[in-house]
Amino acid sequence: MGSARIPGQLLFHANKLLFGRNAWGTAASTCLVAKKSSTLAYQPDISPAEFGETTRMNLFQSLTSAMDIVLQDDPTSVVFGEDVAFGGVFRCTVGLKEKYGKDRVFNTPLSEQGIVGFGIGIAVAGATAVAEIQFADYIFPAFDQLVNEAAKYRYRSGDLFNVGKLTIRSPCGAVGHGGLYHSQMPESFFVHAPGLKVVIPRGPIQAKGLLLSCIRDQNPCIFLEPKILYRSAVEEVPVGDYVLPLGKAEVIMEGSDVTLLGWGTQVHVLRQVADLAHDKLNISCELIDLRTILPWDSATVIESVKKTGRLLVSHEAPITGGFGAEIASTIQEECFLHLEAPVQRVCGYDTPFPHVYEAFYLPDKWRCFEALKKMINY
Amino acid sequence: MSVASRCLWRSIGTFAKHARPSRLVSSNNNARNFSVSSRVSALDDHFFPGTKCRYTQKLEVLEPDQKDPIPVYRVMDNKGNVIDADEDPQFDKETCLKMYRCMTLLNTMDRILYESQRQGRISFYMTNYGEEGTQIGSAAALDPNDLIFAQYRESGVLMWRGFTLDNFMDQCYGNVSDVGKGRQMPVHYGSTDFHFVTISSPLATQLPQAAGAAYAFKRAQNGQVVMCYFGDGAASEGDFHGALNFAATLECPVIFFCRNNGYAISTPTHDQYRGDGIASRGAGYGIATIRVDGNDVMAVYNVTKVARQISLAQSRPVLVEAMTYRIGHHSTSDDSSAYRTDSEVSYWVKEDHPIGRLGFYMMNRGWWTEQDEKNWKNESRKQVLEAFSRAEKKLKPNPELMFTDVYDEMTPELKKQLSSMKEHVQLYKENYPLGNFESMDK
Repeated sequence: MGSARIPGQLLFHANKLLFGRNAWGTAASTCLVAKKSSTLAYQPDISPAEFGETTRMNLFQSLTSAMDIVLQDDPTSVVFGEDVAFGGVFRCTVGLKEKYGKDRVFNTPLSEQGIVGFGIGIAVAGATAVAEIQFADYIFPAFDQLVNEAAKYRYRSGDLFNVGKLTIRSPCGAVGHGGLYHSQMPESFFVHAPGLKVVIPRGPIQAKGLLLSCIRDQNPCIFLEPKILYRSAVEEVPVGDYVLPLGKAEVIMEGSDVTLLGWGTQVHVLRQVADLAHDKLNISCELIDLRTILPWDSATVIESVKKTGRLLVSHEAPITGGFGAEIASTIQEECFLHLEAPVQRVCGYDTPFPHVYEAFYLPDKWRCFEALKKMINY
Repeated sequence: MSVASRCLWRSIGTFAKHARPSRLVSSNNNARNFSVSSRVSALDDHFFPGTKCRYTQKLEVLEPDQKDPIPVYRVMDNKGNVIDADEDPQFDKETCLKMYRCMTLLNTMDRILYESQRQGRISFYMTNYGEEGTQIGSAAALDPNDLIFAQYRESGVLMWRGFTLDNFMDQCYGNVSDVGKGRQMPVHYGSTDFHFVTISSPLATQLPQAAGAAYAFKRAQNGQVVMCYFGDGAASEGDFHGALNFAATLECPVIFFCRNNGYAISTPTHDQYRGDGIASRGAGYGIATIRVDGNDVMAVYNVTKVARQISLAQSRPVLVEAMTYRIGHHSTSDDSSAYRTDSEVSYWVKEDHPIGRLGFYMMNRGWWTEQDEKNWKNESRKQVLEAFSRAEKKLKPNPELMFTDVYDEMTPELKKQLSSMKEHVQLYKENYPLGNFESMDK
């Protein structure tokens, strides 16, 4: 599947051959049922003035812009993956092959382990590799290359070799109808592989600056792109080159009573929770976007929780073994005497990602709000 | 044992084999293959492990195109004329009609479900346009109890076996009657009644599984083979290699049936592989191989029949490459006009369509008329729309089913999560689409 693409223009009819076009007709029903609209409320970020001139871009366009800059500046850089040549199934590489040539922006055969291993080889040879895995759900055939190879290259060679020039981009997360294999958030699988960096942006400005950082960072990075934001997140994005720091969380909203911590799409859910808490409970929330999951910025979170005394961490991935567990553990150790309530984790349930039950599965604003209420009343 | 010591032991083992006295292998049958001029001395009468090859003093580079491409077997031409009467499978009228009706019913169902996705009524769909011949021809040649591992574009196989329009529609809606309990996206069908293992989106994962199932079948001596469908794109995955190599070495009665339809989403076969298609790989694995015209339902039938016989009688895998064309978009998320031309597609629609070819064959024999076509078109469309409307009216399953089948029994932690979900939804019921779902237990 891909994003909500323009409906196909071509409808071919199988046995036109025998009895002409429309032989088997099309559904004639006029009953139109509106697609369930997304409950995602996207609040655009404002670009800092020092980043210069901006233009309106959605998230996938901001990624194209980042890759355009890299291809322009770094003659060794290549961009590749399944269906990348025609622009990618999510349109992130549109126009790049035409601009930079098919030796720099190209399709690969359909093999995720091939894509990542190939990227590792490019990086070992000193060139820059920006590889796309079409869906994060399909990254697992490359698990060995990522976990045993990319993550350990520098360490095992005593820093003789490294694959710092490797970046893996991959669409991730819930979209409303993706089911088991077009919805997963696999970040916690990779945080157990020291040597990798794992980054998840919340919007177009962040995505461009963080992707440029990942590509230039001298460590292999996995850049997970919440695909629901590709089109729905639109901002005034700086047109030029800029980077945002890896390993650094961002306090998006300052507050005094509860710290809300998330990444990717979930930041926007938590923003709504902060609004609800303010309106219904007169509670002041501090909202933090972790941005880099590995290595994570514990200092920013600790500082916030020491101030608020409460932490709610939320992610779409299943709760057990999710990155929320790591955060909760660190916070209870570092902030024990400051805590007014146990750290709350609001996450996906411990099931595969279910298709028709998605509305019940996700850690939506109501589940987060209820957890927040419990913390306040603890 | 550490990896290093394991490797050491392996090499010692290999060395020991090499060191066997030459007399023990001097009567090896392979020696008979040598011509007199290249007859080897007693000293040379060893073979590298796993090979049966002669020595040569001539340095030769084996270019991949030194052999002609593997031919495509066909029975009918594009106009439904049988080319060699000996190859006609001699279907009776009823069988032919059944095949034709199944191919066209599939086509009608595809059209209506594709449109329904466009209207937002189901979330996703994948059509089978152009591949009706590969699906129905191969399905008809199998025993109904042969186990099938499919990819995701084999709805016709399931339809041939008796999966009803209601079964298809219920899965696409993920409603209470979906045997998959609403957990997967549309087109991820499965059926124990029809021996069709539930579809999984990741590509090529089914291939090694099919080899394993076939191995178990062989040991059980149940007289069944395993049929494994996959595409030209999936054949690039590592699992393809593992599967074919396992099936060959472990002598598994499995048919690896590649639907080579020219595209993996936008990626043309030129970007996917550079050999003579998928079929050319069979020999490399030591697997019997046939290439067939996938748009010729009779040829596909004959080939699958033979593949099944070889596989079962000789307990070994067979690779079939069915050459066809994906006339539709990859899925409802794709617009193929971004990467291929109208004229390319229209050739396959107008000149070489599996439904058309069978239609011509039947009309040539007077088994099918324009009036029959018209009547069946109306009838099949009515059937599909009725099933569609029944499925649309049904509720989604009880949301509690989100938590079952993770394990055979629900774990204590999942039970806690289930009850916390119910409690939460009860508290915030106005925010959840409960009206679309069957009620949860109290």
